[in-house]
Amino acid sequence: MRRWLEGLRELRQYPSAIGGMALIAFLIALSVYTVIAIPYNQALDLWRGGEEWRMHPINAGPVWADRLTGGNKPETVLVSSADADVREAGFEGGRQVRIPLAFNYDYGDFPSEINLFLKTEDTDREAFVRLSWQTPDGETIPLGGRRIAQEDRVSISQNRALEARLGVSPHIGLFADALDGDDPSPQAGRYQLMVDAILYGEEASLDADLAVYGRVHGIAGTDHQRRDIMVALLWGTPVALAFGLLAAVGTTVTTLVIAATGVWFGGLVDATIQRLTEVNIILPLLPILVMVGTLYSTSIWLMLGVVIALGIFSAGIKMYRAMLLPIRQAPYIEAARAYGASNSRIIMRYMIPRILPVLIPTFVTLIPTYVFLEASLAVLGLGDPILPTWGKVLNDAQVQSALYNGFYYWVVSPALLLMLTGLGFAMLGFALDRVFNPRLRTQ
Amino acid sequence: MSAVRSSAQARGRDGPLLAVQDLHTWFELRQWGFLRVGSVRAVDGVDFELARGEAVAFVGESGCGKSSLARTLLGLHKPTRGEVVFNGTRVADLRGKDMQWYRASVGYVQQDPYGALPPFMDVRRILSEPLIVHGISSRVERERRIRQVLDEVRLSPAETILDKFPHMLSGGQQQRVVIARALVLEPSMIIADEPVSMLDASVRVEILNLLRRIQTERELTLAFITHDLSTVRHFADRIFVMYAGRIVEQAPVDELLAHPQHPYTQSLLAAIADVDAANARQQREVPGGEPPSLLHPPPGCRFHPRCPHAIAGVCEVDDPPQFEPRRGHRSACWLHR
Repeated sequence: MRRWLEGLRELRQYPSAIGGMALIAFLIALSVYTVIAIPYNQALDLWRGGEEWRMHPINAGPVWADRLTGGNKPETVLVSSADADVREAGFEGGRQVRIPLAFNYDYGDFPSEINLFLKTEDTDREAFVRLSWQTPDGETIPLGGRRIAQEDRVSISQNRALEARLGVSPHIGLFADALDGDDPSPQAGRYQLMVDAILYGEEASLDADLAVYGRVHGIAGTDHQRRDIMVALLWGTPVALAFGLLAAVGTTVTTLVIAATGVWFGGLVDATIQRLTEVNIILPLLPILVMVGTLYSTSIWLMLGVVIALGIFSAGIKMYRAMLLPIRQAPYIEAARAYGASNSRIIMRYMIPRILPVLIPTFVTLIPTYVFLEASLAVLGLGDPILPTWGKVLNDAQVQSALYNGFYYWVVSPALLLMLTGLGFAMLGFALDRVFNPRLRTQ
Repeated sequence: MSAVRSSAQARGRDGPLLAVQDLHTWFELRQWGFLRVGSVRAVDGVDFELARGEAVAFVGESGCGKSSLARTLLGLHKPTRGEVVFNGTRVADLRGKDMQWYRASVGYVQQDPYGALPPFMDVRRILSEPLIVHGISSRVERERRIRQVLDEVRLSPAETILDKFPHMLSGGQQQRVVIARALVLEPSMIIADEPVSMLDASVRVEILNLLRRIQTERELTLAFITHDLSTVRHFADRIFVMYAGRIVEQAPVDELLAHPQHPYTQSLLAAIADVDAANARQQREVPGGEPPSLLHPPPGCRFHPRCPHAIAGVCEVDDPPQFEPRRGHRSACWLHR
């Protein structure tokens, strides 16, 4: 124990160790925060996509990136009838409702989409709404009328008739100051969407929610399914760390115990282990994982199991064997045999502890290897089907041609987190190597 | 008392503690892992008996098989042929608990004290290990016995030692810990394989005196293995001289040192340096040649190629039996015919 504490104390002299530990601490803190803030089931629900995300824009970039580059791209503007000055009038068998949905718009670019969500309650039959758009300069553009279902979505930006009338997409046309130029710019000021509805039923009511989708969103932006990429970036952290740690622990511990067993018993046991290792070393890990993923399941835990199973007889056995062979001959092991220590006790208590210090740096640098492996699998389309991970974000980005479309943030942010993970563990691992592996000491 | 009680312990209260009959320990040499190409005859036909409370020394040059003999007695090597009988029980027949009892009954003190102690364990842990292995699960009991044995090897106060790691101790202290570990199971016999050869001259006598005192106090049987005849006189009752895997001469210590019978013993004794200024100008007679190959030992007496008194036609033909040229003094040499 004392030796370990001394080693840890010595670590403080290495700036790379401090940096590495800071990075790892950051990732661990992020994981803890994520798991508490977004519980597992909620994360899975969110990542499944759907209605949860209807108020989010599609393929929006991060706000801070736009602002840092001096841009003024719109964020999503949401206006609800609950905050509006609703006027109502009754008539025989129904009510007439007038909802002004007003908002200020002061951005340097057009919104990406406009949707109006309508929800009626207690109606005897389908309600009828008529919409009109008022621009800051007082112009009123009628958007037409239609019957609506109980819960309905009016896609203003996909109104073909309106598009034909305006000559451009509605979400541009409704905000443009002048339509004569080739390069229209948005008009700043107060806009208003007037919703005039006829509701049939004495107690009928109408809720209206206007979403003027922006072009930037949050810290990480959104993907093609309106999902906030932040959810995957956050949840990818504990998943990546857990996968890397479990795979590293699983392979290191089993490999070490098997190597020590072979060295201790020697003879046929050792020969069998060595031959199995040699066969296993030439088995290609990635294609086998691809095959398992294709034929069976891409569950991350199955992949973890296969990685560990194939890692048991890995090349590490050769290295550990070389380290353990001289220890087998140590007089203290002979003494232990003389007082009757069992084989398992000698392996676990006398041989393995001797090489553990040398092993720790290897172990630490092994963790990101498995994190990268998981990401590679996900990029190949063999990511876990339900869990949000960094690799799956990259996979989505690749499938959606993110870089071709200019959605650089979609690729950069998960890649950056992967690199930070690798960097953190590598920096700590190299420093640990210097502390625990005396041959590498410079002085 | 040992924690492991067994039926084997009850038997053979009288008679020798340890009897070795026709013991052979051969190491097979194999090529490609399976082809037998010969055997190294490390121990090749050894007979002796050790009484309770007796201290004996096995003496011989490097490679004469004395360490292999020690390891065979400890059960670390399986004898190729012959018997080790401990307390009336054949060691080869011991299984399970009985074997653990035998292991507890025979303590082992090694040559290199630093190598003999696991570098990653502190002294408390090192001394606890044999007790844990032998089923003493009570921490209090272990602590009591550890302190007792540390006191016995004069490592006190225990507090200053218990939490130290081997590299923090001096060579002498390390060897005391090794002795304490050999004693902690309260054995009836100690096998010490060159216990002082790696220590500073100043510490040697201390450690040898310690071993001798503990041996007397506990009435232990002590088998002391050394290549150095000069240290033997004060620490052994009997001496066995080994050559090429065999015992060539055995006698009480004073008798043997005063009247060596075997030519090999005579040359060994002649090689001991006396602290005397006159020796600086004097050429000593030492046994010429090399120790014989244990893979292909010479026929007849194994010492004959180096023996100044070899009798042509006898020594290179037949193995000499044990003669008894003087009372209680045996020597395997045709000269006593």
